Amino acid sequence: VRICVVGCGAVGSLFAANLAQLGDIEVWSYDLAQEHVDAINRDGLRLSGAGDIVGRPHATSDAKELPACDFGIVATKAMHTSSAIAATAAAFTDGCVATVQNGLGNEETIAEHAERVIRGTTFPAGKLLEPGHVQWDVKGDTTFGPFEARPAPVREIERLADACTRAGMPTNAVADARGPQWRKVIFNASTNPIGALTGLTHGRVCEDPALRRLVSGLVDEGKAVAAAQDIELDADPEDLIDHAARPEVAYDHKASMLQDVEAHRATEIDYLNGGIVRFGGEHGVGTPLNAAIWALVKGVERSW
Amino acid sequence: VKCCVVGAGSIGSLFAAHLATVSDVCVLTRRQEHARALNEEGLRVSGRHDFTARVTAAADPRDLPDFDLGIIATKAGGLEGAAESLSGRFPAATIMTVLNGLGAEDVVRRRGDWPLVSAVTFMSGTKHSDTHVEYILDTPTWLGPYEDTPFERVQEIERLIVDAGLKAEAMADLRPAQWSKLIFNATVNGVAALTGLRHDEHFAAERESSDLGHLVHDLVDEGKQIAEAAGVELHDDPWEMNVLATKRGSAHYPSMLEDVDSRRPTEVELINGALVREAERYGVDAPLQTAVYRLVKAREASYS
Repeated sequence: VRICVVGCGAVGSLFAANLAQLGDIEVWSYDLAQEHVDAINRDGLRLSGAGDIVGRPHATSDAKELPACDFGIVATKAMHTSSAIAATAAAFTDGCVATVQNGLGNEETIAEHAERVIRGTTFPAGKLLEPGHVQWDVKGDTTFGPFEARPAPVREIERLADACTRAGMPTNAVADARGPQWRKVIFNASTNPIGALTGLTHGRVCEDPALRRLVSGLVDEGKAVAAAQDIELDADPEDLIDHAARPEVAYDHKASMLQDVEAHRATEIDYLNGGIVRFGGEHGVGTPLNAAIWALVKGVERSW
Repeated sequence: VKCCVVGAGSIGSLFAAHLATVSDVCVLTRRQEHARALNEEGLRVSGRHDFTARVTAAADPRDLPDFDLGIIATKAGGLEGAAESLSGRFPAATIMTVLNGLGAEDVVRRRGDWPLVSAVTFMSGTKHSDTHVEYILDTPTWLGPYEDTPFERVQEIERLIVDAGLKAEAMADLRPAQWSKLIFNATVNGVAALTGLRHDEHFAAERESSDLGHLVHDLVDEGKQIAEAAGVELHDDPWEMNVLATKRGSAHYPSMLEDVDSRRPTEVELINGALVREAERYGVDAPLQTAVYRLVKAREASYS
């Protein structure tokens, strides 16, 4: 089985390095950062933290070098989905393409270039320390399911989930993956931009009762948009938010969006709060708070 | 006529210098060296006007001579101390407050029973040093009676300010103007502080769904509903004030953004806090103004 990870940042590297541990899987990683690609090909792809391993995937920044693959796992930032899948689509002519990205709308974008698409959401996280070396911060589950408009066959989804699980990335194949995806999107959209706009860590956002009420207001809008689509959340995002606020979990965590804002990097706000607003509009659900947060973070990006 | 100007920021300095051309002016400063510099060098105005005024200045309120008109032009954070420094003295004086937001008169009232005049100012300036202020926008100051201050007293002050070369307009009821500015400031200053944007064309843009103008418009609409519930008929439409201001060419640097950039306490309580409390008092839902208020408060909390 041949799997190509498209976008080998922190999350992509977790998949690529772990999958490369398996003898029956050939792993490719496609990334535009040439230094990272060269380091992987020279020294392997090293993870440290929650797990310490070195994987040896083939790495390339040239999509033309990719052989035909059974699976793609797209792990770019959401704003790069379109260009990444357009460049690599030829490798997946006979394969299935999954997404493990943040936000809403990635499956739709992938389906513009791929026939069989897998909806996915993943909780493990890390950060790129240096070329070829990723810190693995948090372990967590991944869920795959068919993308309704252009579904991959169930057996293929199960095959990919099985490979990930065997590689140490526990993954469930389900009939409807929207519930876990929306839970994570609602979690991210209700907390990350609040950190980005205020400069506060997750724990400090949650311990200010007035600010926590604003977070709940955002969560409620997200839940209403999910409900209007008959999406059943697999758990309450509020529980995830409170859990993460505990000192031993992520009290001191600076949301990735806050890190982006501090570094003046484009954020994924269009695919988080912007996605909730868009789906809300399509299903007649008002999302004034998410729209406000979307506009504020876009304003931050425009101030640079 | 003898005047006392409390607070020598850009607005206080503009009042002090101009009034000194038609009256005796004493300036109460916070810092000793600021008072000494004013006594030695006078106060220079550049920009729309060009002159140097002779003023006396003191940093210790006990050194203030008697006066007929006191003008409090501190920032919100200096208001309590300013009122305290006048307490129990100057029984013949009328006190005029020129602060952003709502509620400054109440703070002064708790410290004495002087006749009070409410004022809002739209003029602007930039302080280049302790003894040099540039007069930038020559838009007027509006003033009106607070409680049972006779309107004739307000008109006398209007004439004094106009004779001094500044624009002023006495109004029998200042609340329509005060509220127009309150809604304008809560919206524009709050959004600027959170996004880092100066008051530029983004605030009026309503083309794309994530454009900031939508949020600004919605915030203004909430403010209008609060004003209506409070029985205030606005003097100007804050949305039109916003659009007009963004067309001036040079984008204003709102004080709340200036404060956030320098990690100083902002005037959010007197502006956004006051508006949100009025909404609560009159039972009006104001989720977006509440969100902006909470976010700016949280931004202040992130300094430490």
